[in-house]
Amino acid sequence: MTTITRRAFAVLMAGAISLAAIPAAQAEEMLPSLELLAPSSPCSGYDQLARAVQGVLQARGTIPAVEVTNVAGGGGTVGLSQFVTSRPRKTSALIVGFALVGGVLTTQSAVTLENVTPVARLMGDVDAIVVPANSDIQTLDDLIAKLKEAPGDVSWAGGSIGGVDHVTAGLFAKTVGVDPTAINYVVHAGGGEVLASVLGGHATVGISGYEEFRAQVEAGDLRALAVSGAERIEGVDVPTFTEAGVDLVVQNWRGIVANPKAKEADIEALNAAIADMATSPEWADALKTRGWIDSYQPAEEFGTFLNDETTRIGQALKDAGVL
Amino acid sequence: METMNALLHGFSVATTIGNLGWCFLGVVLGTAIGVLPGIGPALTVALLLPVTYGMEPASAFIMFAGIYYGAMYGGSTTSILLNTPGESASIVTALDGHAMARKGRGAQALATAAIGSFVAGTIATAALTFVAPLMVKLALLFGPADYFALMVLALTTVTAVLGNSLSRGLASLLFGLALGLVGIDLQTGQARFTLGIPELLDGIDVVVVAVGLFAVGETLYTLARHRYENEEIYALNGSKWMSREDWRRSWKPWLRGTALGFPIGALPAGGSEIPTFLSYLTEKRLSKHPEEFGNGAIEAVAGPEAANNASAAGVLAPLLALGLPTSATAAIMLAAFQQYGIQPGPTLFDKEPELVWGLIASLYIGNLMLLVLNLPLAGVWVKILAVPRPWLYAGILLFATMGAYTLNNNITDVVLLWIIGIIGFGMRCYDIPIAPCIVGLILGPLAEQQFRRALTISQGDATVFFTQPLSLSLLIVAALLVVLPMILRQRSKP
Repeated sequence: MTTITRRAFAVLMAGAISLAAIPAAQAEEMLPSLELLAPSSPCSGYDQLARAVQGVLQARGTIPAVEVTNVAGGGGTVGLSQFVTSRPRKTSALIVGFALVGGVLTTQSAVTLENVTPVARLMGDVDAIVVPANSDIQTLDDLIAKLKEAPGDVSWAGGSIGGVDHVTAGLFAKTVGVDPTAINYVVHAGGGEVLASVLGGHATVGISGYEEFRAQVEAGDLRALAVSGAERIEGVDVPTFTEAGVDLVVQNWRGIVANPKAKEADIEALNAAIADMATSPEWADALKTRGWIDSYQPAEEFGTFLNDETTRIGQALKDAGVL
Repeated sequence: METMNALLHGFSVATTIGNLGWCFLGVVLGTAIGVLPGIGPALTVALLLPVTYGMEPASAFIMFAGIYYGAMYGGSTTSILLNTPGESASIVTALDGHAMARKGRGAQALATAAIGSFVAGTIATAALTFVAPLMVKLALLFGPADYFALMVLALTTVTAVLGNSLSRGLASLLFGLALGLVGIDLQTGQARFTLGIPELLDGIDVVVVAVGLFAVGETLYTLARHRYENEEIYALNGSKWMSREDWRRSWKPWLRGTALGFPIGALPAGGSEIPTFLSYLTEKRLSKHPEEFGNGAIEAVAGPEAANNASAAGVLAPLLALGLPTSATAAIMLAAFQQYGIQPGPTLFDKEPELVWGLIASLYIGNLMLLVLNLPLAGVWVKILAVPRPWLYAGILLFATMGAYTLNNNITDVVLLWIIGIIGFGMRCYDIPIAPCIVGLILGPLAEQQFRRALTISQGDATVFFTQPLSLSLLIVAALLVVLPMILRQRSKP
């Protein structure tokens, strides 16, 4: 038992030390606490980001107490409407992302991202298109040829309607000159199911975040045809769409927004804490362990980006016949 | 032999005093959260993740595995004693488990659940040790058409819980299927029957319906009848140990439950509910006294509880062998692996033998700890039933309401719980069985998704269900299960 108590003690001490290490100079404009709402269940993408942010903010002491709450449902719209309509006792922030933009559109939510105050875009990750190792599709060109010949014969295993996988598949089809409504997209609940479906050879191709497939690609069970980002993933020998001759860049992103009802000083303090976090070594470390791309954008740029992205995703969903 | 050596090495990792301590902490925590409705192992592990950052990865995973197994044990306790299933895998346990408890055989029900869980957990962990990679390869062969056939097979469970009146049973089933339609349709992204309420977009939670129908509906009914008739509830009727007869009737269901639970748990979309249904059906079909089912048959607790725990071990097979999370808890454990910079996948066994085998060894130890912890507790838990009745009922209603709220931190679930509870009260008054509704609610949406996935991939060609050997054989078994008893009944009539 001595080992346990000693370890538990060490953990407590580590916590105490990090609390004690709050920079004194920042004390007056600092937020004492923050309620961070992840609009999805524990362990989903939003939740992982919320907990990463929580870890770094607390470790740096810029916001000593960060509490993460999960409100799942409706592609994130339940969390969004609860966030906007509730009157929190302390400063609160919400994690948002690509899928929430799509969710607001597909569920025709009364509350939209125009009702929140952008704080920052924080991270991104890219989708990959994969096939089983024994598939006769060797390159992205093979896939395009097959799609042009008979789009229905190519079944796509991917995530929910309006999510990044679905939008990417639709945009891909449109870019290569195939009718986006003709593609045979099969919705799966989460990356694990997509992986199982492709590995078992039940779907022709799989489309999901590259990290979902990484282990299988490295083990040689799956072949990655292309990734959707602007640049290659570091250390991964898979071409981007652009390199493979398809003029398309789609990136999944997630960020943080504040409640517009909050005091201006509090929002400024939150902006400052997030800006400090984004350049910290702890954050770089957190991004690296999770395989996320640093796509930090401060409040103003993020606001413009949100508008553009809403238009783009809306158009893609119209093209795919969803809206 | 190589596996044995690796496993022995695993035991040497898991039996250090520190790791035994983490394992114990895990199983105690797990049992506690299993008892509380609404808080599942997934949430607990997610909450503990940041705390474990400074720990050795092996110790953290040993604790998580303890929580996971512990929750499976604890879940049966509230099902049996309070008729309040905390998670969907223990709904079937409530059917006969609570009936046993009302007859003063709660201690035996808890005991057969605990020992069955131990037996199933141990056998399934052994299966995980030796056949996980092979199992996972087979599991991947299951395509949407085969899943659909499996769901159809599970749906025949309904025939075992229909009750005396066919039309009442079918009405209940259809009510369940209708409830299952509520929410966003996954394949098209369109909302169905949500009445513009955003909280309904993700559908109605099975636990809310089960707790509403079982706990709230039943309690309201008993309250309404309280002045006219007084059914005696016994905390303990006779011995608190399992009799020789109980053992004789329990051991086969434990083994059969395990045989159903592990492989289905290892299927990427198998889940933990289907094996419990199939186990209930199997036991009723094989039993010499099927009339006892629904009124407190010990087989109906032993089998499904074993199936539930075996499927929990099955879920770890694709997680460790492929890095494929097939349940919420597995998904969180995957995230935890990543937090430590460990990439689960085909190479995990080679790259991190210490971690994997330490984890597997701790599953054996955790199981033993859970048995030691839970068997003596069975006698203590049943004392809950000795609480004066008005307090007990108030307690159940409070407990159920609290559990519904903590599911998603949202008041809509509480309102739903009470609406469904009142419907359950009405069903009870008119003698409409509740179980078919739950079966329909759980299986309907799953079957629908797989059915449509299969048809989407085949571009509308419905023959996929009959041209693939797996799917065809499952459908034939399902058809036989429905038709054979009818034929036999016809023949036995003069």
